[in-house]
Amino acid sequence: MPKPDIQAGRLTDAQYADNFGDAHPPLTRAQALIEAERCYYCHDAPCIQACPTGIDIPSFIRRIGEDNPRGAARAILEANVFGGMCARVCPTEVLCEQACVRNTHEDKPVEIGLLQRHATDHYFSKPGAPMFQRAASTGRRIAVVGAGPAGLSCAHRAALLGHDVTVFDARPKPGGLNEYGLATYKTVDGFAQKEIDWLLSIGGIELQCGQALGEQLLLDDLTQRFNAVFIGVGLAGVNALGLADESANGVQNAVDFIAALRQVADYSALPVGRRVVVLGGGMTAVDAAVQSRKLGADVVTIVYRRDQAQMPASTYEREWAQLNGVTIRTWSVLKSLEVADSAVVGATFATVRETDGRLLETGETSTTSVDTVFKAIGQTLVLADPTLATLRLRAGRIEVDAEGRTSLPGVWAGGDCTFGGQDLTVEAVEHGKIAAHSIDRALATSPRAASFNRVRRTAA
Amino acid sequence: MADLRSTFAGIESPNPFWLASAPPTDKEYNVVRAFEAGWGGVVWKTLGEAGPPIVNVNGPRYAALYSQDRRLIGFNNIELITDRPLEVNLEEIRRVKRDWPDRALVVSIMVPCQEEAWKAILPMVEDTGCDGVELNFGCPHGMSERGMGSAVGQVPEYIEMVTRWCKHYTRLPVIVKLTPNVADIKPPALAAHRGGADAVSLINTINSVMGVDLDSLLIVPSTGGQGSHGGYCGPAVKPIAQNMVAEIARAPSMAGLPISGIGGITTWKDAAEFIALGCGNVQICTAAMTYGFKIAQDLCDGLSEYLDAKGMANIDALRGRAVPSIVDWNQLNLNHVEKARIEQSLCIQCGRCHIVCEDTSHQAISATLNGKRHFEVMDDECVGCNLCVSVCPVPDCITMHALPAGAVDPRTGQVVSGEYANWTTHPNNPARV
Repeated sequence: MPKPDIQAGRLTDAQYADNFGDAHPPLTRAQALIEAERCYYCHDAPCIQACPTGIDIPSFIRRIGEDNPRGAARAILEANVFGGMCARVCPTEVLCEQACVRNTHEDKPVEIGLLQRHATDHYFSKPGAPMFQRAASTGRRIAVVGAGPAGLSCAHRAALLGHDVTVFDARPKPGGLNEYGLATYKTVDGFAQKEIDWLLSIGGIELQCGQALGEQLLLDDLTQRFNAVFIGVGLAGVNALGLADESANGVQNAVDFIAALRQVADYSALPVGRRVVVLGGGMTAVDAAVQSRKLGADVVTIVYRRDQAQMPASTYEREWAQLNGVTIRTWSVLKSLEVADSAVVGATFATVRETDGRLLETGETSTTSVDTVFKAIGQTLVLADPTLATLRLRAGRIEVDAEGRTSLPGVWAGGDCTFGGQDLTVEAVEHGKIAAHSIDRALATSPRAASFNRVRRTAA
Repeated sequence: MADLRSTFAGIESPNPFWLASAPPTDKEYNVVRAFEAGWGGVVWKTLGEAGPPIVNVNGPRYAALYSQDRRLIGFNNIELITDRPLEVNLEEIRRVKRDWPDRALVVSIMVPCQEEAWKAILPMVEDTGCDGVELNFGCPHGMSERGMGSAVGQVPEYIEMVTRWCKHYTRLPVIVKLTPNVADIKPPALAAHRGGADAVSLINTINSVMGVDLDSLLIVPSTGGQGSHGGYCGPAVKPIAQNMVAEIARAPSMAGLPISGIGGITTWKDAAEFIALGCGNVQICTAAMTYGFKIAQDLCDGLSEYLDAKGMANIDALRGRAVPSIVDWNQLNLNHVEKARIEQSLCIQCGRCHIVCEDTSHQAISATLNGKRHFEVMDDECVGCNLCVSVCPVPDCITMHALPAGAVDPRTGQVVSGEYANWTTHPNNPARV
């Protein structure tokens, strides 16, 4: 096996700038107007039904076409306070754009995601007067644990409804996966923090970072200090391979690599291997694989145990990986790692096939030289907090009802840490929103308007 | 290929597509380019009296109405008649006609409503060798304030008088160009006919204000902060022009009066419609000002293909064919019943037919079937209004179907009689015959 070759500075400054710039540039105004014209303004539009947050898509597109971009942004942000980030990261091809009636005869939906980005970019470039006004103070206090999309969505909606919110997060910065978990080229120029700064500007939300549940914070304590608690802690644990050599140099969590890329100021300072293997089939695997290529890795292979159609990553994401020179190897599982001088130098894969729903090794194996192995085979809910561990769980995650209530009275939850859904940012936003209204009803000192009747979709 | 040759008011041209009197025909350079591109004829931009030429504004002269995808669908101008010296125009007309003898070259004229003025200019125009004159009684802006253009065209007595002068002072065919800025197009057309006009051409432009700039709150277009109404043309005016053409074409009092159709003609289809409504030829301006002269080839090709497909040997075989279908409302068959039908295999489920019928019409289209999104016409509510057809984005997805004689209309419960019966004999008509 060749020696590991992990080093920084493989590329020129211009290459780094190009590789980590905006992967999918925004529409120009002319492009947006032309694309907006394609929307049929459907009655009871299927795209609205397909959007987990129920954005009134025909309205926001019509407003773009009518030269009312701020109104377009309002239509988006009223339903989804993370409409800017969702415009960048939503798998629109399986959500709103899949439902677009234009598909029937043209196989080419309205570019809803790009139009949403156009509207929100325009707004965030110059927000102007506040878009949202808080209701009169209720005097009720809500604790939100986790400043990711679910937690901040809940916090924003609760603040809007007049409650005082304190948001806690384990990391130094708020944002959760928006800040630490997305490929850099999806959200450039510090957009994640800019969006959160705007979100917090509604007022009534206090942010406390460096506060991890089960460490600095205890759920028991929160339930006593606050009128309600929302848990949106995501999945902070990473599944292990279960192999003896898992601690060898060169073997690391894909999520840590992705987080490091988002926080680094100078890409040339980040080392990357020459021969990279990514284990897993989801978005995390794609983000780690593509960014390895973009840092200058020679050979990057995603290894997945079934066929491509079964990968959690969307068709669009798989094609994006392949466009960036990533090889996708299917029907393969890692058998063993070869380690020399404490560093991984090789990996042996077994070919598998599916028999009666079970994966069985065929007996065929192959060994390849590697210097980096990224683990992206799933994340887990961390149950460090003793009370959290007593909540009713389902498949390792918190079980909630249609309003986001956990089995513990006074405690709501949403986002990836809860059971049900596809672990999408846009779902987490919806979970937070629904929970905020549920909390609001539970804490109501006065009758609440019945206009909000959205509930969590049943588990897929 | 069908024969596209045209003889209009005695003027021959290799095809029926003439450029209307307007900026594209203001000078030799443009007209030669038009002829090179294949246009059958031109009406030279309107000449005025000898003497100091008229003066145009030097700010915006045009403005457009756009569809959402920025296709120009309406157009407005405040340009006046030619601002070049009369003698220069006459010299160029003479030269162009000499160099292009097979093309129609008609000269548009607008001079004051005095016999001497027409007596003076007509011999000079005739001396160029041009094929005819067109009297500009149509322009609604600028010149009308000076008692010319539409100021004449709105008074049938003036039209008749000036037409008579022109027939007296020139041997050339006289085409009278009519303004649409009147309540009824028939009296001015009839006046031209009585005055001896060889043909009428219509429509000229319609009074228009294109818009307001919402930042400056000034009229659009403005000349340094002020604007004036202009003349409106382009695809959006075609239905107005076609109504006026049809009114003349079906008037027994004007039977046989040649009509040159003008107004929003952009494609061969538009031209064919005007011809079917009785026009002997057509004139085009906005389409050329939008796309350039090359469209002449597409117009000729399309019309020729159409005539071939319909087994029509020439333009005359098409001319006036749609006129008998146009009648007064009181002649419409009130026993005829149609229902809309949605072809489910073409339906894209946008639901627009449902919402417009539900909100604004007859609540005749359902939105669900067994709890699923599905749009279907309810014949017991459908009055056959055609709104759903009009808003459906998919061609031929919603179509109208007549109930056959003997069928029961589920809306009224009445049997379709199959008998023709109109309002004039309807029992609800207090003045029925």
